Amino acid sequence: MKLIPLPDLGPRPRSEFDYGGELRRPPMGADTALWAAYVFNRQGAPGLLREWWYHRPTGAWYLFERDTLADRFIRHIPVQDIQYELPSADPAV
Amino acid sequence: MPWRLLKFALNPNHSEPRFFPPETPLKERYDMVIIGGGGHGLACAYYLAREHGVTNVAVLEQGYLGGGNTGRNTTIVRSNYLTPEGVQFYDASLKLFEDLAEDFDLNIFYSNRGHYTLAHTDSAMRTMRWRAEVNKHFGIDSEVVDRSHIAANVPDMDLDCGGDAPVLGALWHAPGAVARHDAVAWGYGRGAYQRGVEIHQKTRVTGIKVDDGKVRGVSTSRGDIACDKVISMVAGSSPRITSMVGLETPIEIYPLQACVTEPVKPFLDTIIVSGSLHAYVSQSSRGELVMGASVDPNVLHSTRSSFDFVEELADKMLDLFPFTGRLRVMRQWAGMSDITPDFAPIMGKTPIEGFYLDAGWGTWGFKATPISGKTMAWTAVNDRNHELIEPFRLERFADFVQVGERGAASVGH
Repeated sequence: MKLIPLPDLGPRPRSEFDYGGELRRPPMGADTALWAAYVFNRQGAPGLLREWWYHRPTGAWYLFERDTLADRFIRHIPVQDIQYELPSADPAV
Repeated sequence: MPWRLLKFALNPNHSEPRFFPPETPLKERYDMVIIGGGGHGLACAYYLAREHGVTNVAVLEQGYLGGGNTGRNTTIVRSNYLTPEGVQFYDASLKLFEDLAEDFDLNIFYSNRGHYTLAHTDSAMRTMRWRAEVNKHFGIDSEVVDRSHIAANVPDMDLDCGGDAPVLGALWHAPGAVARHDAVAWGYGRGAYQRGVEIHQKTRVTGIKVDDGKVRGVSTSRGDIACDKVISMVAGSSPRITSMVGLETPIEIYPLQACVTEPVKPFLDTIIVSGSLHAYVSQSSRGELVMGASVDPNVLHSTRSSFDFVEELADKMLDLFPFTGRLRVMRQWAGMSDITPDFAPIMGKTPIEGFYLDAGWGTWGFKATPISGKTMAWTAVNDRNHELIEPFRLERFADFVQVGERGAASVGH
């Protein structure tokens, strides 16, 4: 069983997790084409990927950087590090 | 039966000609380069040569022929899909499959079995009725049947599944079949080679040269080639190729695993799929049970196998066929599935002139081998999407006209 290294609880088996997919930032003030790209397109190619993992027993979401070729968890990213501005009230949006 | 078998028996000389050519140097220029020497790539090369007379073509394969997902699938051929676009496309494929042995003069062990998709819930029954109606509209032999139909054809199945998830009925697709996947790739490969196409194994594409939005050539581990048209038919490696030309796609790679048990006496002559149990099984002509489930839960670019898969699959299989608890698993393997958001493939032209994409084959690629080869060959020659694959174009995501095949693509999505 593959283990996922949680920063606070230590390594936990992968079967305790749901996969939340790639971290994606919604485009600000985007046109339809950009929005479609945001909704559908993914990194796809192997390499470092930032992904969400949901730990069912504790009900917490974690963000990890993982090498999708070697299946190695590189590091945990605290969510406050990826905070970004909320969509503005810009009428062009 | 292929004529070849009869000719072979009557021929006093039983020596076999070489199936594939010995390795030759790459030429400096080809009219078209096909990346990927699996079923799709070789089929495309075959139809380019046979139907369009285009023979200055190189098929580049990083490993060996049919060594990717062509040799890793569970060989099921069917056309009982959910959308009109999917149904017409896969039905054209099934019809080509039926004549393939004669076409190649090679036995592809095409075996018509019949295909059950079990429904364990009312909502699954509703999807089966929906699929059956769409199928029938397009003249495909597909119907919803009750438990007694299944019990008569598959007497060894526990229709109550141990009481947890009793089978309510099923979608019965009589033309469902299995075929020997290697032979399909080899037949197409040999046919293409005999018509003048060059096949280069152990040749990895390392880059694609694009100038002014037009394809100019490819770089490989054995040197550079000039060409105006590149057709990418690499399934699980698709994102690596599209990133070479800077093309964004919705494709994500998830491993799909399968396994076979030790051989036992024939007891199962149909293909059984259960979407609710996330499992499917058929018995090979050697007697092995060929079993599979849904894709692994997260993105991974690897063909490693996992114990979690066998454990979960065995749990479901014991519900369906309790006596399989006595069988041992003999082999287990995985392939890289290129999954799309709507569970339909991505085919045809791209924004880059001369770059054609045949990808997004997820868990449904083998059954499309003949028709995707044929339609992609047509598309590359005419520089226009073939009408059968027009609905599968890459731009459908930007245009919000997806082809939702989630309910019929495979199991457990």
